[in-house]
Amino acid sequence: MIAEPFAHGNGIFHTMDPRVKILVTLGFSIVVAITGKPLVLGMGTAFAVFLVLLARLNLRHVLTRLLIVNTFVAFLWLFLPFTSPGPPLFSIFGLGITRSGIETCILITIKSNTIILASIALLSTSTIFGLVHGLHHLKVPNKLVHLFFFSFRYIHVIHMEYHKIINAMKARGFEPSTNLHTYKAYAYLLGTLFLKSSERSKRIYQAMVCRGFEGTFWVFQHFTFRKRDLLALIFMGIYVFFLAFLQWGLGR
Amino acid sequence: MGTWPVIELKNVSFSYPNGLEVFKDLSFELHRGDRIGIVGHNGSGKTTLLHLIVGLIKPKAGEIIVFGKKRKDEKDFREVRKRVGLLFQDPEDQLFCPTVAEDVAFGPLNLKIPKEEVHRIVEQTLEEIGLSGFEDRVTYNLSGGEKKLVSLATLFAMSPDVLLLDEPTAGLDEKATEKIEAILTEKANTYIVVSHHRDVLKRITNRILRMENGRLREV
Repeated sequence: MIAEPFAHGNGIFHTMDPRVKILVTLGFSIVVAITGKPLVLGMGTAFAVFLVLLARLNLRHVLTRLLIVNTFVAFLWLFLPFTSPGPPLFSIFGLGITRSGIETCILITIKSNTIILASIALLSTSTIFGLVHGLHHLKVPNKLVHLFFFSFRYIHVIHMEYHKIINAMKARGFEPSTNLHTYKAYAYLLGTLFLKSSERSKRIYQAMVCRGFEGTFWVFQHFTFRKRDLLALIFMGIYVFFLAFLQWGLGR
Repeated sequence: MGTWPVIELKNVSFSYPNGLEVFKDLSFELHRGDRIGIVGHNGSGKTTLLHLIVGLIKPKAGEIIVFGKKRKDEKDFREVRKRVGLLFQDPEDQLFCPTVAEDVAFGPLNLKIPKEEVHRIVEQTLEEIGLSGFEDRVTYNLSGGEKKLVSLATLFAMSPDVLLLDEPTAGLDEKATEKIEAILTEKANTYIVVSHHRDVLKRITNRILRMENGRLREV
């Protein structure tokens, strides 16, 4: 399986009903994604950081994850400041950088980091099974739930096969450089990867069928909705509603 | 020992999609209490035989009779799979849940056994296999031998009447091999073992067949 570094532990969110966590994450993400008000965004970010601290996760791992997200965000910084309309603040190599461009970039950076932090604290503290069951009980259509689970499952399979092949290549002295040999080797790698993963996914499916799988995932370690889950839902829910109220409720 | 065959193949023919013929008119019987070992070259069709029995692939011609009933379509084989456990060559193919307990529970839950009962089964099976305390271990962190044992546990949890074991000791060290041998001889009754390890087969089976040119011959 894909490493789920945050999924196992004894933090407050590890034992929480995944349904609560899914609902709060969804609501929170929507408010944060839409808002343009600094106050709402600031309170949202503070909330996300608070959740991560509350979850007692390995902070270094959390930062590594953020780094991955921010490499994508970095691409926005490469283009948006130059392409947004408005009077240029200053210019580099004759290209004007606009105020609105930079503002948009900052906004997106803060928003994406906030949402990711909240997701790390709430969602990645559940196992994939927990989330799948949670979605199922929230009446998300079965097909979507299966799609979600198997995407997760097979991304891992492809990832594993990739490492096997890469290691085999390295073991025979392969060093990537800029030449036809390298491109050819990578093309073979991709081809083999595709074939191998499709074969393997077939075998995994067969193994599941052999154990009586008929399309339904049965729950084993079932979560229970306890009093503390209700409390958590109320507290976090109120906060999210408060943010939403600040965003839409005022100024109208 | 009873004598009615639990598994019977009658004149089964099978070819790969590329047209390569694996079996022609293969007949084979497994009786209750039989412990059969099958040897043969790579690609001689040993795995194919096991997959035919549980209906993962369908024969071109011939009959597959399991538990006294002719099996033709997917529905027939679903019933077979609930009572015949197939151990895959590579445990990575078999294990797919995050924790050992969940993987062992997967089969029993598919059999619609009540949850409290499944908990008991998981605990009992792991104890039987010598993996007590492994419940919450993460499957991908286990050693090769442990993975194989967990795969075996996932089958035992469904209390199968017959086991089909594809290379159960491949890649395992002596200790793990001994463990598998002990479990099979003590806890299982009827099985087919495909293996390249002759000495293992000699210890855990009472009859060895060789797969050659699409036929099974007594060794």
